[in-house]
Amino acid sequence: MSEPLLSVENLRTYFSSSRGTVKAVDGVSSTVNRGETRAIVGESGCGKSMTALSLLQLVPEPAGYIDSGRILFEGKDLLDRTWSEMREVRGKDIAMIFQEPMTSLNPVYNIGYQIREAMSVHGKGAAEATDRAIHLLGRVGLDNPAQALRQYPHELSGGMRQRVMIAIALANQPKLLIADEPTTALDVTVQAQILGLIRELQRENEMAVLLITHDLGIVAEVADQVSVMYAGQVVESADTRSLFKDPRHPYSKGLFASLPARNRRGQDLATLEGIVPDAANWPPACRFAPRCPFRWESCDTILPKLHPPGSDRPVRCHIYDPTIPGRPNLEKAKALNIAGDVTSDIAPTTAR
Amino acid sequence: MITVKNLRKDYPIRKGLLGRTSYKTVVNQVGFSIEKGKTLALVGESGSGKSTVGLMVLGLLEPTEGEILYGGKPLLNKGTGAEQKALRRAMQVVFQDPFASLNARMTVRETLTEGMTVHNIGANAKERDERAATLLTEVGLPPTALDRYPHEFSGGQRQRIAIARALSVGPEFIVLDEPTSALDVSVQSQVLNLLRKLQRENGLTYLFITHNLAVVEYLADEVCVMEQGRIVERGTVDAIFDTPQQDYTRRLLNSIPSLDPDAHRLAPI
Repeated sequence: MSEPLLSVENLRTYFSSSRGTVKAVDGVSSTVNRGETRAIVGESGCGKSMTALSLLQLVPEPAGYIDSGRILFEGKDLLDRTWSEMREVRGKDIAMIFQEPMTSLNPVYNIGYQIREAMSVHGKGAAEATDRAIHLLGRVGLDNPAQALRQYPHELSGGMRQRVMIAIALANQPKLLIADEPTTALDVTVQAQILGLIRELQRENEMAVLLITHDLGIVAEVADQVSVMYAGQVVESADTRSLFKDPRHPYSKGLFASLPARNRRGQDLATLEGIVPDAANWPPACRFAPRCPFRWESCDTILPKLHPPGSDRPVRCHIYDPTIPGRPNLEKAKALNIAGDVTSDIAPTTAR
Repeated sequence: MITVKNLRKDYPIRKGLLGRTSYKTVVNQVGFSIEKGKTLALVGESGSGKSTVGLMVLGLLEPTEGEILYGGKPLLNKGTGAEQKALRRAMQVVFQDPFASLNARMTVRETLTEGMTVHNIGANAKERDERAATLLTEVGLPPTALDRYPHEFSGGQRQRIAIARALSVGPEFIVLDEPTSALDVSVQSQVLNLLRKLQRENGLTYLFITHNLAVVEYLADEVCVMEQGRIVERGTVDAIFDTPQQDYTRRLLNSIPSLDPDAHRLAPI
């Protein structure tokens, strides 16, 4: 297989705070292939947005800093670049769109100014930029692109603003689009349009997408590959079909089992008791252990690694690692109805 | 238990400094009824008027026109002070954002006992405290939470406190306005299980206002689909989700991302 467009290795983004070092992103590795969509899915506070911001070195300073790791884009480490070299990358090779199109657009400039600015920064002339701006606004579905150039953000609906953000992001034909919860603030019918648009533009431009979301439905709809994050780490990676067919990490299992659906009417939904732990004070070994129905002694003493290492279906859980002593607690998981087929997945224990 | 007939709400819009006032109708010809112990879901996108209906049903917003009957008695004829007070006790509400709906300066104890004091529930402070502690246990929080402040709790825990507050006066009917929208999925399931348990045990009636159709499918008995202030379609969950009659309902249903990665249904633009 050819080299991935983006390869993140052991990324650690920390924050200094009065409570000590907050390890928001703690050893994240992931890849995005050319033309593909990778979703990073997780709940609030799991570090998914901080991972995205770290890639473009937009972590709020001075409290936040990238402690270590490598971010290889087309084989070169972005962390080796100077601030001004990074400015060349942002908005050109890698573009980003955010959840709130109202706060990411500048209210005092019209749409035309903001979309042309994205191009002039990267060296396009004024006339060329205007032509392309009109083309892009038409392409993302604005009815009257020439008129939209003169409009201000407050004159547009949320969905239209997000379309403008996408037009700005696409202005320089990026190779990678990072989309951080791009449809969370939008109504479902508008969300469907925006997701459809991103997918269509992606095919057209052979662009890779890194999609940050908390919504498993969106993942199923648009992603090729998925990484599930919990407490600052990737706990499971898989292609989308495999993950939805057979989620392996207890957290992923719990997430799927907790979704409301019609065939679950009249039954209690599975719940993951408790909440995501405090980032300044992660549990000592497995970070999911305090909420995990499978928990046994080793979970509190041995750090779980992604297993099998280097595979395309790694899981950060002792259940799947034959070298870990002890057996998972199946009784509680069965009671919660999330044990599923784990019995057949459990690695035969070689260590005792 | 609750019947709403021909409800309308107009908001005045003033154009210019001395301009004439025109009116915008945000809710129009809305009618439904909910049986005791059942859940009616009011679904629609932002701006469809669903929350406005909720506020009018609670008597927190005066309708321009229409009738709301609670247990056969009209809600809007004001009645005596005592009758009004009894209604306030019977109808409670849980809002979307537990960060905004709880008073940050009140401890959980104060939050939970305030309503009881107003409605003379419990003979003295000690009895009210005991009831508050019981309520917390019922919603899955330790009684030690009584002397803490809202900021000390997570979103899911705060929503449990808001639910306990609604329960504190022993209501029959609760308006749930997007009660799980601000919560993570794993926490959402905890709150949904709790709402179901409370309904089962106390025979509560719910008006569930939401845009989340998966939650509706799971929890509601009947559904009203709202678009631009009107109910465009109503029916049982099965009828609405299996055989939608209106284009808008179909469009709404087709917009929900499917959990099947092979489906890829969302149409571009």
